[in-house]
Amino acid sequence: MSPAAPVEIAPSEVRQTTSDTDVRPDRPWKVIVWNDPINLMSYVTFVFQKLFGYSKEKAAQLMLDVHYKGRAVVSDGPKEKAEMDVFRLHEHGLWATMEHDD
Amino acid sequence: MPNGDGTYTLDLREEERALIAAIVPDLRGLLADDPNDEMLTRLFPTARPDDPEAEAEFRGMVRDELVTKRLSRLDIVAELAEATVLDQEQLAAWLGCVNDIRLVLGTRLGVTEDDEFDDDPEVDDPESVARSAYWYLGWLLEHLVEASASEL
Repeated sequence: MSPAAPVEIAPSEVRQTTSDTDVRPDRPWKVIVWNDPINLMSYVTFVFQKLFGYSKEKAAQLMLDVHYKGRAVVSDGPKEKAEMDVFRLHEHGLWATMEHDD
Repeated sequence: MPNGDGTYTLDLREEERALIAAIVPDLRGLLADDPNDEMLTRLFPTARPDDPEAEAEFRGMVRDELVTKRLSRLDIVAELAEATVLDQEQLAAWLGCVNDIRLVLGTRLGVTEDDEFDDDPEVDDPESVARSAYWYLGWLLEHLVEASASEL
């Protein structure tokens, strides 16, 4: 991402943001957002807040995971929900994919 | 800038409005005539890179709607090119539209993580106009994000 905006929140710890340990059968899909060089960090944080209702802190942490680790799991759930989340992320210009959590 | 009553002041100079007014119809034309143009790749990312069949199915479900939504916010921005006050929905259209334009311009310019943009590009750069526009739109987008986030 493009760090045009000052990042106000520094990562204080490496947080487990994936649902790797969460294999409940009713939550089998993960939605992943990938780093890209164009989207602004502030914009990505805003989209996570708007689409998922995350706090600014959580949205900013996910954005930083995307930026520094290359990807972050931003939501999970049944297939239909994952498809809707990917659609909405694409509508907002973010590079999102979904994969089966197995 | 948020006005505190659900509306926002859009304070742009004449040349900034002229830039938006010039780019929006170009993107609209490309999107309407040839949504598969490679310049638009970033507007339609691959959702299922692991499974071509599932990807084709997903594309079939969402592609038309993604095009329609983008065209409609381009239309909103075209109509509001001279507006000085926006409501929340209009602000969302500006935000999405400016981000789309940056994605397409960034694709054309081959922007990478290491690129630095400023408003003083090399004189002999054949893409200097596009680079300046990209830099400017990033600045505008920051302000649109800030205004949008104030209502969360």
